[in-house]
Amino acid sequence: MKIKNFSIIYIIWMFIFTIIPLALIFIFAFTDKSGNFTLENILNVGRYSNVFLLSIGLGAISTIICLILGYPLAYIISKISSSKQNIVIMLIMLPMWINFLLRTYAWMTILENNGLLNKFLSIFGIKPISFINTSGAVVLGMIYNFLPYMILPIYAAIVKIDKRIVEAAQDLGAGKRNVFLKVLAPLSLPGVISGITMVFVPAVSTFIISKMLGGGSNILIGDLIEMQFLGSTYNPNLGSAISFVLMVLIFISIGIMNQFDDSDENFDGVKLK
Amino acid sequence: MKSKLIYKIYMSLIFFFLYSPLAVLIIFSFNDSKSRSVWNGFSLKWYIKLFSDKEILHAIFNTIIVATAASILATVIGTIACLGILKMKKLSKKLVMNINNIPIVNPEIVTGVGLMLLFVFSYNNFKIFRPGIFTLILAHTTFCLPYVVLSVLPKLRQINPYIYEAAQDLGCNPFRAFLKVVLPDIMPGISSGMVMAFTLSMDDFVISYFTSGTVQTLPIAIYSMTRKVVSPEINAISTILFAVVFLLLLAANFKQIKTHK
Repeated sequence: MKIKNFSIIYIIWMFIFTIIPLALIFIFAFTDKSGNFTLENILNVGRYSNVFLLSIGLGAISTIICLILGYPLAYIISKISSSKQNIVIMLIMLPMWINFLLRTYAWMTILENNGLLNKFLSIFGIKPISFINTSGAVVLGMIYNFLPYMILPIYAAIVKIDKRIVEAAQDLGAGKRNVFLKVLAPLSLPGVISGITMVFVPAVSTFIISKMLGGGSNILIGDLIEMQFLGSTYNPNLGSAISFVLMVLIFISIGIMNQFDDSDENFDGVKLK
Repeated sequence: MKSKLIYKIYMSLIFFFLYSPLAVLIIFSFNDSKSRSVWNGFSLKWYIKLFSDKEILHAIFNTIIVATAASILATVIGTIACLGILKMKKLSKKLVMNINNIPIVNPEIVTGVGLMLLFVFSYNNFKIFRPGIFTLILAHTTFCLPYVVLSVLPKLRQINPYIYEAAQDLGCNPFRAFLKVVLPDIMPGISSGMVMAFTLSMDDFVISYFTSGTVQTLPIAIYSMTRKVVSPEINAISTILFAVVFLLLLAANFKQIKTHK
């Protein structure tokens, strides 16, 4: 057997379990219950545009807050001594290894109406505030679950930047502001881009966080899909149509993000090694 | 110096944010009462209850079976595939790598729904892929495979091909040459791919939720617990998992520091 044919099992596997499922989603999205071609499912997705807008909105807000919180932290970590860096990175990764259901559950117990946060506030005589079952709680849950996914790629990009470039910029008279805007920001852009994708994609398509922290009033795309397949409103055709639209949406946003990520080529000349 | 202080405060605040919910979980796992906000004294009763809960123990058993089977399958198929992918022409290599990335880029829920459609469709029509532990293993292998390929392929690229040829010139048959020369060199990639596959599989909820039928893995059991009567058993599970993860990461870190020295 030639080496070239070694990958045949893998190719068959990926075909059966990756390509065919996508094809099935596509077929289901464009057929009705008896298997005839229809555009009705796709058109019906339009009725849920408010769900889509809410998901994209909450996902985008969480992503932006993660970026605002995560970038400075990634920068600070890159500044501390390298022996400590490993430990700090390990501490950032540790919560990621705890199942996200448990992490979200932790916030449920904190935000509940008679939960810890309200107990704490009552010490100061503040009346109970309903934190849980609000879109704010969903955003908080997303930030908490996905913040490490923003910090780690940005940190990896900043650490790779050659310190001599920063020094050269300073020697040439750049102030802190200019060093950041002209050197650090563009060189860490690839990390920022992959951080944004790694937070936005799971945030937009989540269905557990919204269920656990958002109550019934914050239905997201993920919840809508889940309802069509395993919930009360069983309708795999509509579910497939929503999944299809979600997938297209994700691929478009990744495509847009990659447009900003041509910095690698632009800075090839600057990269010293 | 002033900025150093600000750095420290900022880092502490983020770590407070990351760890205080986990601390709350862990503290209340030792609570004597069912309350999640009032402390009634120290007790280990939730741990005792957890270890006598047959459903949970069975779910843990399923999780380990699925993770072991899926990570071994993914590692073997993925590693062998890499040998072939390396020799492919540029265009077909690009195509394969793009397909490889689909499960990574695609939202988990879409992967889960697609596999569910495949299993239900083929079970209804051909009586194969009945949703259960077998389909779970297939699904988990599928989303683990791309990560194995991505961790083995770069290692394989670094190898000097002449060493493999030299081994053959010196009398090894191709298989023996692979075992003696190539395999030791790509071993770090294979093992990190396998560890990654194992942890991804252990941790997965979304794809399992759609492909498991009635079989419960630990994340599914945890999910149904948060939906029904909430019991501090969940806190006990979290504490145990946290301790296990913490010790494993610590061990990995020590090993890394040792090998660096």
